[in-house]
Amino acid sequence: MISEITIGQYYTGDSLLHRMDPRMKFDLTFLLVVFVFACKSFFSLALVAMFTLVAILFSSVPLKMILRSIKPIVIIILFTAVLNIIYTTGGETYFKWRSIEITEKGINTAIFMAVRIILLVVISSLLTYTTTPTSLTDAIERLLSPLSVFHIKVHTLAMMMTLALRFIPTLIEEIDRIMNAQKARGAELETGGLIARSKALVPVFIPLMVSSFRRAYELAFAMTCRCYTGGEGRTRMKQMKLRARDFLALFTVIAVIAGIFVLNHFFEAVI
Amino acid sequence: MSEKLIEFRNVTYIYETDEEDEAPSVPALDGVNLTVSKGEFLCVLGHNGSGKSTLAKMCNAILEPTDGEVIVAGMSTKEEENGDLIRRKVGMVFQNPDNQIVATIVEDDVAFGPENLGVEPSEIRRRVDEALKAVNMYDLRLRQPHNLSGGQKQRVAIAGVLAMQTEVIVLDEPTAMLDPVGRQEVLSTIHKLNKELGITVIMVTHFMEEAVDADRVIVMNAGRIVLDGTPREVFSNTAAVKSCGLDVPQSTELCSRLGVKRTVLTAQEAVEEIIKLCGGVV
Repeated sequence: MISEITIGQYYTGDSLLHRMDPRMKFDLTFLLVVFVFACKSFFSLALVAMFTLVAILFSSVPLKMILRSIKPIVIIILFTAVLNIIYTTGGETYFKWRSIEITEKGINTAIFMAVRIILLVVISSLLTYTTTPTSLTDAIERLLSPLSVFHIKVHTLAMMMTLALRFIPTLIEEIDRIMNAQKARGAELETGGLIARSKALVPVFIPLMVSSFRRAYELAFAMTCRCYTGGEGRTRMKQMKLRARDFLALFTVIAVIAGIFVLNHFFEAVI
Repeated sequence: MSEKLIEFRNVTYIYETDEEDEAPSVPALDGVNLTVSKGEFLCVLGHNGSGKSTLAKMCNAILEPTDGEVIVAGMSTKEEENGDLIRRKVGMVFQNPDNQIVATIVEDDVAFGPENLGVEPSEIRRRVDEALKAVNMYDLRLRQPHNLSGGQKQRVAIAGVLAMQTEVIVLDEPTAMLDPVGRQEVLSTIHKLNKELGITVIMVTHFMEEAVDADRVIVMNAGRIVLDGTPREVFSNTAAVKSCGLDVPQSTELCSRLGVKRTVLTAQEAVEEIIKLCGGVV
């Protein structure tokens, strides 16, 4: 049951997007997310949406998976849409009841915001769909490496992230096992009020803590045995190399960003 | 088979205990002398607390002897700066496969050791592929470790050591947490590495059946080596083995109770002897 979750929701594939340098993917995702906020008219937003659609096609990630990533935020989208409809006023009034006024501007803003949130989520989940958690942390390590000037141990941080990702499924299994063991001894974990239930979780989390420390100790042992001494003098099997496709993607994104500003200039701003 | 690789010289080890613990600490190892030669397949048997795991951890400078000396390829494990050099020669596989896998992808985990050694990226790739093929896990190289069976995880751990190209692999009860299928997979992998690649193997176990195919078996009890010899020599001494709280393999037990003179080790040999007892008629 809970052990079935996939970490970082990576979708195995070998598409153009999968093969791109994770650093470039990370940077471009960041750029796009920032510039989605620069969109002011429906046309510039449509440009980003089109680009995202093309990117989805190139990623070989099925549309169903993409939709699944939007599912958890549907409520947030609806909520902001409703708020926007009610509280933004301007332009033609379609409907009025007491102090509630639905106007053209309100509806436009609601749609605009909804599309914007969806785009943000789809763009960033496209990154996690096409990049393994390992290469993502690798990319972050390399992108942050200039910070080592300030004596920040970037490698150690990245290693901690990798290990955390690695142990999530292991610890979930462990929780499952401990909960079953406690249930077998008559613990009632699924009944009672909030306080009773939280109290019932104490005997689950204490063994979990203890076993986590034991695991950490053994892992440290195993890492020492494999000659791990920190980031210095380490090489990497997977070299990251920027290729033609990465620069192609970069130029496309720059073109999209330029397009955003051009369209903003020529068309009426919604917000 | 004559080159000395690991040598224990009168090694004693006492675990440090809490100060309020007034009971005098019993040494985990007590004056152990042992020489392991290159290419040997050594099996260390003993019941819980006999010091067999301690012995394993001494082989790659994870633990330092309280008294005496452990020499690995001419280097004493007592010298701090030798630690890393020794661990380049002696790799280790632990009991719980979950607690020794570092990366979220199989091949990344195998690459972890050589990456730490600072090997060239193209060479790491070659070693990783080779190691994964040697343990028969190449097809699963892109999988996530938590989706693998115990036996598969343990083979990934072995590949991780192989990719470091150590001369010795020390395995501390590598099959204790596995099901029979996984156990068989891991055992045949270990034997293959010993025979085909000439890697020296030191395997700690408490399964007697696993010791049958070793070149040499030592039996430990209360921190001392009590028996040392080929599996046949060791298991022929049923009384001594049993006095250490261990059993001889089932086939051996059966045949000795049937009054067979020869020390039988495997089920196949047992079948032969029983057929002989029946006068060749089945």
